[in-house]
Amino acid sequence: MKVANKSTSAVSLVKSALEKIEKYKDKNIFTFINQENALKKAEEIDKKIRNGEQVGRLAGVPYALKDNFLSTEGETTASAKILTGLNSPINSTCAEKLEKEGAIMVARTNLDAFAHGSSTENSFFGPTKNAYDDSRVAGGSSGGSAVAVALDCVEFATGTDTGGSIRQPASFNGVFGIKPTYGTISRYGVVAMASSTDVVGFFSKSASDLDLLMSIASGRDSKDQTSLPDFYGTSDFSLEKKKIGLIKEFVESPALNPEIKSAFDEKVSLFKSKGYEIVELSLPALEYALAAYYIIQPAEVASNLSRYDGIRYAYRTKNLKDESSPEKSPLDLLFSNTRSEGFMRENKRRIMIGNFVLSSGFYDAYFLKAAKARTLIIKEFEKAFEKVDAILSPVAPNPAFKLGEKVDDPVSMYLEDVMSVPVNLAGLPAVAFPAGFTSENNKDYKTPVPLGLQLIGPRRSDKNLIALAGEIV
Amino acid sequence: MSDKKYQITIGIETHVQLKTKTKLFSEVDNDARGKEPNSCVSPVDYALPGMLPRLNEDAVKLAIRAGSAMNAKINSRSRFDRKHYFYPDSPKGYQITQFFSPIIGEGSITLPSGKKIRIEHAHLEGDAGKLSHFDSYSLVDLNRVDTPLLEIVSMPDISSAEEARDYCKELWRNMVYAGVTNGDLYNGNMRFDVNISLKKPEDKALGTRAEIKNLNSFRSVERAVEYEYSRQSKLLDNGEKVIQETRGWSDATGKTTSQRSKENAQDYRYMPEPDLAPLNLSEDFIKTEYEKCPELPEDYRKRFKNSVSSDTIEIILDYPELARRLAEVEENNSNEDTVNYIANLFSSVLLAEENSSLLNDPLPDALKLSELAEMKAKNELSSTSAKEVFLKMFEEKHLGKSARILAKELNLIQENDSSALEKIVETVLLNPSTKKAQEDYRSGQEKVLGFLVGQVMKESKGKANPSAVSEILKKKLK
Repeated sequence: MKVANKSTSAVSLVKSALEKIEKYKDKNIFTFINQENALKKAEEIDKKIRNGEQVGRLAGVPYALKDNFLSTEGETTASAKILTGLNSPINSTCAEKLEKEGAIMVARTNLDAFAHGSSTENSFFGPTKNAYDDSRVAGGSSGGSAVAVALDCVEFATGTDTGGSIRQPASFNGVFGIKPTYGTISRYGVVAMASSTDVVGFFSKSASDLDLLMSIASGRDSKDQTSLPDFYGTSDFSLEKKKIGLIKEFVESPALNPEIKSAFDEKVSLFKSKGYEIVELSLPALEYALAAYYIIQPAEVASNLSRYDGIRYAYRTKNLKDESSPEKSPLDLLFSNTRSEGFMRENKRRIMIGNFVLSSGFYDAYFLKAAKARTLIIKEFEKAFEKVDAILSPVAPNPAFKLGEKVDDPVSMYLEDVMSVPVNLAGLPAVAFPAGFTSENNKDYKTPVPLGLQLIGPRRSDKNLIALAGEIV
Repeated sequence: MSDKKYQITIGIETHVQLKTKTKLFSEVDNDARGKEPNSCVSPVDYALPGMLPRLNEDAVKLAIRAGSAMNAKINSRSRFDRKHYFYPDSPKGYQITQFFSPIIGEGSITLPSGKKIRIEHAHLEGDAGKLSHFDSYSLVDLNRVDTPLLEIVSMPDISSAEEARDYCKELWRNMVYAGVTNGDLYNGNMRFDVNISLKKPEDKALGTRAEIKNLNSFRSVERAVEYEYSRQSKLLDNGEKVIQETRGWSDATGKTTSQRSKENAQDYRYMPEPDLAPLNLSEDFIKTEYEKCPELPEDYRKRFKNSVSSDTIEIILDYPELARRLAEVEENNSNEDTVNYIANLFSSVLLAEENSSLLNDPLPDALKLSELAEMKAKNELSSTSAKEVFLKMFEEKHLGKSARILAKELNLIQENDSSALEKIVETVLLNPSTKKAQEDYRSGQEKVLGFLVGQVMKESKGKANPSAVSEILKKKLK
């Protein structure tokens, strides 16, 4: 990526980013543009460079922050009405680390409200359009970040991946995306979706950029007790077995789009030609992954969204009277109307599902059973990684679908996550990388759209995966 | 209540606020006494999005110490869970508690009567905020949010109102002695939820229980149980059913009233807390903290068993600083009479109502107290003078003075020197006004000796030892 130095000024980098942000306005990529602050910071960096002072590894690099990262610059909304008006007193640990190295946040990116979704259509600010086709979705939930990188508005963008929210939009828009090992980057200051699978990660235009970003952002944070002591900075690229696995259940799935299948086969051949052995794996427990995920995740979502009640910050209803239900107290109405008005449909759906699976009498049948399925999935992955260094897999069964196509069919939307959520349930790292485009001759697509694949590895193998992805793109 | 028609079964849940410097999940001051509302609140406490709980290690240490005070098993592995409910006192929309795997397992509390009340378990959790209601609005104060609480759950081993009171009191004493809480009941440092059910003696199964929530004094615990006994027994006498419900207690009316029945009970939708890793405690860590538990009421009872009456011990045990000072007196001077004398000074002088303000002042140290007891034992001070010296010790201007110096200053030391006393006695006997009394005494009216002793005391300006004077008089008048 381009870093400011004596010949390239930070101001010029930021200005060029702001121009592109303006150019692609119609894509609805951003929720906030940080023009004034960004330019001011760029000038400070240029001054340091002129004075011969030390600048960071990301000096003057313009980046975009997914709008579910708390920031003191502009409102933090998570693209949800209920958070509108929230001026955070705090910055996320991740953004602080990036800014310390000189990176400059130029804009905040759109997402499905509270990251609930796989298309960025569930945003209070409207959908973000695919980088290559305005009639298609950006993917989600980090759709804005993926498109921002794909259209070169910024050098990189942050994302969060709870069930595929980095990898899927990365593959829909032809960029790199990393979903690190659970706990690698602090979640402090990131609006929670499902705490046990939420991770912070990045979108970039190259594997080497991902490597740099990971080495900056990783490490233990006392403010996040689930964060891991830094392993990224201390690990080296090393593949013991030189074996790449493929998951039979995914590759043979009739739901897998043929274009993705052929992109997958191409990479398999490429790995073989580079001397890797390909090992076919069977992970039958993955059959339960999607169901388990859509129990555990809504449960945690319902819990994490409980704090938005209109009492202390952000959106509060003005409607404190309800003639049709006189039994409701003003307090009941404050809670229920704030939440009814402030949450999107998909948020409410997950709150309902989550509270159902946690309710007394159903906990054992749903939540506990899902937790057991999760353990099974973790064990199957562990066994698989005794045989192979990494697994090559599609990210999603299909390339970017059409705007509006799945909005009213939540189950088919959830099915898009079938190949990404097992990784989150197991806390594993995965890197999504570009793998070409749909063919020009494919009548289903009026313009070719990107295809993406992912490499999945055992816990703490993030560096290996990034290097491997770099090797085959 | 053995003469009563129904047997009463009581189990008590106690919330103990732990006296950590900072809150259970954030680094904000845990002591909000005298502070502005909402001034001890961090973004973690008011539940800004993206905030994560950070478990306070000191709260874990105090919980272990509390466990030690209850002779309880400490679970090396415990976990936190979320308990969901919507109310403005709960910023996160859930309370972080330990529902599935608590930190403290089975233990017990021994009452002064010797009866053991078993502890089922105890768990760590965060306290809620406080609401103040006004005519058309309510205000929220989040200062108390996530103050660490230890909730101690007893087995239903308690079988009378008096025992319920004794249990609460003994538990309070143990927690205060262990140093885990400030124990200020008035400010809600310990709060009791009392579960009560009645059954006929011949019935095996327990009756339906009512839970009286949020009692904050031993007296209200006792009164609430008494009230519930009469309320529930009347229902049963009339063939009616007791409803399983939560009830509130009013000190003013002396009654409990229904708050919420089981049918309307909230579903708390418990869930493992994903933001905190399970709590794994090493054996060494547990052992170190367990052994830090200081002397407990039961230890003091054993210590003073031979020197102080059990009634006096029980009075003193309500004041940990008095028990500790008494133990220091004992360590200074193993004489049982000295210890007993100081114990009595504490219980009958210091704790007398008119002196209650002195409890706020620093207590005289053990050296001064021992010296005072010795002077009293040697008759250098009359018992009245000793009490006076004791009370003066609390005055600021006398703080630096030993008992002897203070007694001298106050001119209270008794004349015990027999030759000096004899001289005074002779002076009195030579006084014509005592002639008649002397004659009466000699003729067998021993009562008048008191008058003569009084005259001698007067002559000595109160400094003579009256019993010594009496002996001298008897000798002289033979």
